[in-house]
Amino acid sequence: MNEMSNKWIGKNTIRPDGAEKVTGRAEYAADTTMPGMVWGKVLRSPYPHAKIKSINVEKAQSLKGVYSIATSKDCVDFPIDSPVILGIQDMRWMSRNVLAKEKVLFHGHPVAAVAAKTEEIAQKACELIEVDYEVLPWAIEIDDAIKGDAPILHDFIKHNNKSSNIAGTLEHSKGNIEKGFKEADVIIEKNFETAAVHQGYLETHACLVSVAPDDKMVIWSSSQGQFMVRAMTSYITGVPQSNIRAIPAEIGGGFGGKTIVYLEPVAAILSKKSGRPVKMVMTREEVMRASGPTSASKSTVKIGVKNDGKITAAKGIFYLQAGAFPGSPIRGAAGCCLAPYEVPNAHTIGFDVVSNRSKVAAYRAPGAPIGAYAVECVLDELAEAIKMCPLEFRLKNAAKEGTQAVHGPKYPKMGYLETVQAALVHPHYKLPLQKFQGRGVASGFWFNAGGESCAQVNITEDGNVVVTTGHPDIGGSRASIANITAELLGIDVGRVSVLIGDTATIGYSNLTGGSRVLFASAMVVTESTNEVINILKERAAQIWDIDKDAIDWENGEARPAGANAGKFKPLSLAEIADKATPTGGPIGAGHQVNTVGAEGGFATHICDVEVDVELGIARVIRYTAVQDVGKAIHPAYVEGQLQGGVAQGIGWALNEEYIYDNKGHLDNPGFLDYRIPVCSDLPMIDTVLVEVPNPKHPQGVRGVGEVPIVPPLAAIANAIYNALGKRFYSLPMSPPKVLERLEEN
Amino acid sequence: MSKIHVTTKINGEETEYLCQPYDTMLDVLRNQLNLTGSKEVCSSGDCGACSVTLNNRLVCSCLMLAAEAEGKEINTIEGMTKNGNFHILQKKFLEHAALQCGICTPGMLVAAKSLLDKNPSPTETEIRFWLAGNLCRCTGYDKIVRAVQAASDEMKEKA
Repeated sequence: MNEMSNKWIGKNTIRPDGAEKVTGRAEYAADTTMPGMVWGKVLRSPYPHAKIKSINVEKAQSLKGVYSIATSKDCVDFPIDSPVILGIQDMRWMSRNVLAKEKVLFHGHPVAAVAAKTEEIAQKACELIEVDYEVLPWAIEIDDAIKGDAPILHDFIKHNNKSSNIAGTLEHSKGNIEKGFKEADVIIEKNFETAAVHQGYLETHACLVSVAPDDKMVIWSSSQGQFMVRAMTSYITGVPQSNIRAIPAEIGGGFGGKTIVYLEPVAAILSKKSGRPVKMVMTREEVMRASGPTSASKSTVKIGVKNDGKITAAKGIFYLQAGAFPGSPIRGAAGCCLAPYEVPNAHTIGFDVVSNRSKVAAYRAPGAPIGAYAVECVLDELAEAIKMCPLEFRLKNAAKEGTQAVHGPKYPKMGYLETVQAALVHPHYKLPLQKFQGRGVASGFWFNAGGESCAQVNITEDGNVVVTTGHPDIGGSRASIANITAELLGIDVGRVSVLIGDTATIGYSNLTGGSRVLFASAMVVTESTNEVINILKERAAQIWDIDKDAIDWENGEARPAGANAGKFKPLSLAEIADKATPTGGPIGAGHQVNTVGAEGGFATHICDVEVDVELGIARVIRYTAVQDVGKAIHPAYVEGQLQGGVAQGIGWALNEEYIYDNKGHLDNPGFLDYRIPVCSDLPMIDTVLVEVPNPKHPQGVRGVGEVPIVPPLAAIANAIYNALGKRFYSLPMSPPKVLERLEEN
Repeated sequence: MSKIHVTTKINGEETEYLCQPYDTMLDVLRNQLNLTGSKEVCSSGDCGACSVTLNNRLVCSCLMLAAEAEGKEINTIEGMTKNGNFHILQKKFLEHAALQCGICTPGMLVAAKSLLDKNPSPTETEIRFWLAGNLCRCTGYDKIVRAVQAASDEMKEKA
């Protein structure tokens, strides 16, 4: 496709779902109602770790207005010691996370649920359920969970042939690490810690589930994947997928946290048992206590360099807290941390540590910010030690096309180097700084993802276009799909309507996550639209009675070409659609593909902070995010992804943390005490979109959503060092911690 | 416990409802009056997603009792379009890509309109501090602030 001729790709069009969202009409899961609907509430564990000896629901059941009660006895029985794998999740864990079975494993763990006439009655009934617990010792922090006499969460999990809370490891190796460190002139090794942080999506988990007397189930819910909801609900309830229709409501943010189910199977059980549609909406406190977050971590990173700035060896050890069940994002930490660099000798290892906290869920580039934080801070120290500009240092070690990455692949064409070069020449990098101000830089990487996607492109009878895909749109993917379809068909973008299908109206599509949606859906939409164009040419050929190959599709119309050029008046899309019935019937095409070729994304960020030394508050006063975005189909929403990711990274670096009290309860389960960045905390966030097109994608798309949360943690830590001359090895760098360090003098 | 009868004006229209003494304004808007544009996100006044105006004063409807609306005027996001046309702020939010998931958008728009009603020419700092009670987790606020600035500029041109 000729770049210059693009009419819609690269244009900031108005998003198709915009009008509904600015008028309050967009329907999120909690906005949905059904005739005869009742309300469900969850009874949650008051202990961080306890055996469930018995559950007595008699009193609750007899309360007026109570219709049904669910416990783990109503779920499919998955033995705890044999895996039931669905994608990257294990249904024996998921089932026990949704309703506890043998034990409760964290404060807030669901134990039972009630459907009742009102939320108040359901809540009251929950309080009448009698659970006999045998309270067990618990472990919250990583150190407590991995020490010799730690209370064990799952007896059958072994590490080094002993029952352990270390549920798994993941390693990457390259070259000879000992030899590499011997070659180094300077070696720096440091330890780092990060706190658990929540995705902080504003919409709490919600669903409405109706099981009719014929056992057909309809689920309206807010999730990152209606097919994920269908599959997990099917596994946990035993209802076949063909009997479940999962409808994706508009989703009020997910950031990875809505890639699993919490409420849907519970509401399904309650609905089946009560014979009524059941609505469930979590409170913010429930979201904080029992969903998400991402891991707390402890890491050790050691890197060696030559005096000329060449990295000779790198080693990273990462302990990530998984919460109650195995599955922390060690792959993101151990796999992404060295990805921007050409490192000849390396070893990274991640340890998956269970403890008595809520099960972690994916959070934007899962694990990658944790690894990058440690590596990028050590690189900053090394650059200073060898007296090299930190960006020049990164330039010297930058991975490029052909580099064998530590995590495995040999890179195809990619744009890491270009992000560093763009940062170096950006005016921000040269601006003068005042007292107590500092500047830091850091880079980051995310794998990106492909996977299964389906699309259907239909031409309406009046010659317009309806595109259906299977991925919930969180950040504006419908706008990008409209741009691509309009571009390919050569028509005004306003004539393209883009919808998200439910599980009954479009084929299986993997969930919205991994920065995969536009990469994958653009592929299937492109194939479908190209097929539609072929059909349109065939129909024009019939109307004109000439050969189809003698027809061009240009600017939204069929034109006779070659020997026939100029012989017939071009036929518009509308004119061909008008003759669809006599020329062969409805016009449309669909494609379903397991997409491959999603190449990684790289970013380099520059951050300026100013530290209020009286209050210990570090404020970000200037921020520039440079990223290789492949090709920006809708630049404003690409910028939005970068800005949003940076803002979340700033929160992670400076304020956000899960704080537990000495009873093993989360102490800050609300937005007053769990402080995400507010508007007055942030400056404008400048973005530079570097476009090195992905050679394996028809439009050059690379995923863009996740990379931007990877560099900020280190960029901010490095900036604070630059401002104060003090390094922080523990996140968040919140006012109490900063003050403590300032008072050291 | 008997319910309270409330007569109020919502988005310019006389409205009556019965509520429990403990019902919040947000409960009644969402669950009785089908005005689900106001969102329940924190139920503690920390996020602003349920922002409405009460006699032109910006409030969190989750912190207000439904009974308090008696004799007052409430405006919600559903009342922001006039005669089927967008308010300038709504238009600018769309043009500036100032929303992603959209769950904070209704509250953000109600709060921004309340700002411009009081202060037609706010500085960036004034916008940021006025909107500090409205959380957004998607955008990093950049495009929201720019959209409010653009709306302010266009409203002044038209005035």
